[in-house]
Amino acid sequence: MLNEVTIRIGGESGEGTISGGDILALAAARWGYHVYTFRTFPAEILGGPCLFQVRISDQPVKSMGDYADVLICLNQEAYDRNISDLRHGGVLIYDPSDFTPEASDHIIYAIPFNELARKEVQLYQTKNMVMLGAISGLFGPPLEAITQVVESKLSRSRKSNPILMEKNMLALEIAKKYVTEQLSKRDPYRLGTVEKADRVVLNGNQAVVAGALAAHCGFFSGYPITPASDIMEAMAKELPQVGGTFLQAEDEIAALAAVLGASFGGVRAMTATSGPGFSLMTELIGYASMAEIPAVIVDAQRAGPSTGMPTKMEQSDLSFALNAGHGDTPRMVVAPADVADCYRLMILAFNMAERYQIPVIFLSDQSLTARVESVDRNVFKPMEIMERIKFSENGANGHNEAVGVGAAEHSYPRYAYTASGISPITAPGPGALTYVATGLEHDEYGHPNYEPEDHTAMMEKRFRKLATAAEELPKPQRYGDEDATIGIIGWGSTEGTIQEAVDRARAKGYKVAALHPKILSPLPDRAIRDFIRSVKTVIVPECNYSGQLANLLGAKYGLQAIRVNKFGGIPFTAGEILRAIEEVS
Amino acid sequence: MTQTTVTLTPKDYKSEVKPTWCPGCGDFGVLNAIYNSMANLKLAPDQTVVVSGIGCSSRLPHFVETFGFHSLHGRALPVAQGMKMARPDLTVIAVGGDGDFFSIGAGHLIHAALRNIDITVVVMDNETYGLTKGQTSPTSPTGHTTKSTPYGLLASQFNPIATALSLNVSFVARGFSSKPKDLAALIEQGVNHHGFSFIHVLSPCPTFYNTMDVWKTTVTPIPADYDTRNRAKAIELAMETEKPYIGLFFQEERPTMDQAAHHLVQQAKEFDINQYMARYV
Repeated sequence: MLNEVTIRIGGESGEGTISGGDILALAAARWGYHVYTFRTFPAEILGGPCLFQVRISDQPVKSMGDYADVLICLNQEAYDRNISDLRHGGVLIYDPSDFTPEASDHIIYAIPFNELARKEVQLYQTKNMVMLGAISGLFGPPLEAITQVVESKLSRSRKSNPILMEKNMLALEIAKKYVTEQLSKRDPYRLGTVEKADRVVLNGNQAVVAGALAAHCGFFSGYPITPASDIMEAMAKELPQVGGTFLQAEDEIAALAAVLGASFGGVRAMTATSGPGFSLMTELIGYASMAEIPAVIVDAQRAGPSTGMPTKMEQSDLSFALNAGHGDTPRMVVAPADVADCYRLMILAFNMAERYQIPVIFLSDQSLTARVESVDRNVFKPMEIMERIKFSENGANGHNEAVGVGAAEHSYPRYAYTASGISPITAPGPGALTYVATGLEHDEYGHPNYEPEDHTAMMEKRFRKLATAAEELPKPQRYGDEDATIGIIGWGSTEGTIQEAVDRARAKGYKVAALHPKILSPLPDRAIRDFIRSVKTVIVPECNYSGQLANLLGAKYGLQAIRVNKFGGIPFTAGEILRAIEEVS
Repeated sequence: MTQTTVTLTPKDYKSEVKPTWCPGCGDFGVLNAIYNSMANLKLAPDQTVVVSGIGCSSRLPHFVETFGFHSLHGRALPVAQGMKMARPDLTVIAVGGDGDFFSIGAGHLIHAALRNIDITVVVMDNETYGLTKGQTSPTSPTGHTTKSTPYGLLASQFNPIATALSLNVSFVARGFSSKPKDLAALIEQGVNHHGFSFIHVLSPCPTFYNTMDVWKTTVTPIPADYDTRNRAKAIELAMETEKPYIGLFFQEERPTMDQAAHHLVQQAKEFDINQYMARYV
């Protein structure tokens, strides 16, 4: 019996495939297992194929799994689309009233989901509960683990509709009874009891929100867009409870403008969007860079260009995030690798924005926004909060009254040339010295100035902050063999998949190591150069067409990388990266 | 609104930066009205922010000795609203031109009006694009010939006051740059008004479209016995474009979004990550 199983459910959007999968993942996680989910769904509200996959293991899970061990097809289309991803000897489950599968080497269980829901439970909407009951009976987790989740998820509707709750429970039991009595189990997958651990179960967007709140975010403005809307919705709900404010903007331009207005007021502020909205924000990223106003911008990347594929994964905004805007505009870019990073790097992003007075772009992606992981609860602890360096001179601080006015005593060198490039700042309030933020080139006092010497010195000052940050910020750690000949450099949500490929390659005797920078601007030059020098070949796997990180590494370090690009809207599997390692060896 | 405890004169609100405007620009009159209204209101410079967009008139924050946010073309309103939502204790005044508010930033105007966030907007309307040297603007009259409309403007003329009234703006007024005393009084009323205050100012451009002499003869004060609570009547006045009315068209007190948002935070507690994560156990 194996304490690890990857279950994929394929069905029609709107028939409970995803919600059923979520219940399964949560039940397994609460029962003590590690989980890692992957899902795709159409952009439309109802109809269209969707799939949910969960990898459940008693060991930490780093990727979604190469193949499904168990494939549940709720219709012919789900079968046609997914059967090639079911491993040889894996389990196929289907309803004979839907379709007839072709002969194969799979272990096949026919379960009449439709009939059980319609005739036995007498409520067709319970079909996903029938499915969960069957999964519980065949593989685990036990029915009690599932009913607990169902009860907690449906507790509100239960009060208004006790019959629905009863029917759900009945469906679970009937299906479990059916598979126990009617099927003879021929597969090796059975989740046994494991020790419970102190973990939390959440997706990337939920961790982003937790991180933003822990980072003392006090203002959010955004505009609805897939797959970032649930960050906005959660902030709308949570911010007032911690003293913050929220504004749904009329478009993404207004959203970032409002964020900069709030940040000018001294409040830590953010927005969240996806590629199309991020495009609209471009002019204000340039402004924030020029006027040196802190802001955190989450770009939950989706497949582009243009409207692209709103519900599909791609890592194709890296070049844009690094360069968005006209002129030379320093900004910082961080890219989380997993759910834990969504929390930790969100706090880091706020600290970077505030300390360096700069826009920070947080590059998540669709797969990570919706990826549910079980994470050690200790990850979610209070972290150091860095504030902007405040200007204080001759009573500029601490007086609860307005200072006298008059040009000489009232203005201050807001954009003072400093060694670090960071110029102390004030925010409006009693006793604060005033200044005017502007997108025009300006002198140290913030006054418009177009002199060559001024523009040169001010440009250097703004960029100096990147050099300062590169020294101060955490460096990426090498993963794998110290004496590796093959190196892999990746970024973003592919880290776990790359690490799993490295593990499997090393088990096969290859000498491999990986480097995964989380801060992409400023790049950790020394760490990357050292890594490139330490190996013979570098593979750069990216979920984009053009190889945006590979292009960057080529331009900056002269690296001729082996490019491995996937751009169908689905993340890498570890097997695909393993194949690339084997091919270059 | 936060007031100073020290006595400030209009001159005290003047910054060391000299205005960049052409001689005879209407914006000088508006700037003086702003200095005067600030002194009369005793606005605390350290708790007042003048926000603008891009254009001749949007240079104004640099000339005022308060905090200033000289933003991007058309973006003064979302900046000002974000600022006021996050910092309701501040006095926020948004200034700019007809291009800022009625063209590139027109979309923002609609939503600012609906939200009724407590900021004051002063639009310096010269019916032309001055900074880019005289192209047509949304408020240029139909048929107007400019470098960008060499055969005459084919579009209709934008009506700022009627638009604001139709958008349910809670304070709608019009001033004239050559009547800075009256304008200062309107700005004071606007800042004192709780809600989104829209003040349209006729402010001629002597260089590219000099309407000074025309407006001097056509502007008409709103009658003293006029009822400022009657929106329908206000729209009627707004539709009179040959003899533009100046004065307060409409005023109505209603809840503001910034106040409502800050009622919500009355029960706020400090964020506790351990407690917050309990939902994901």
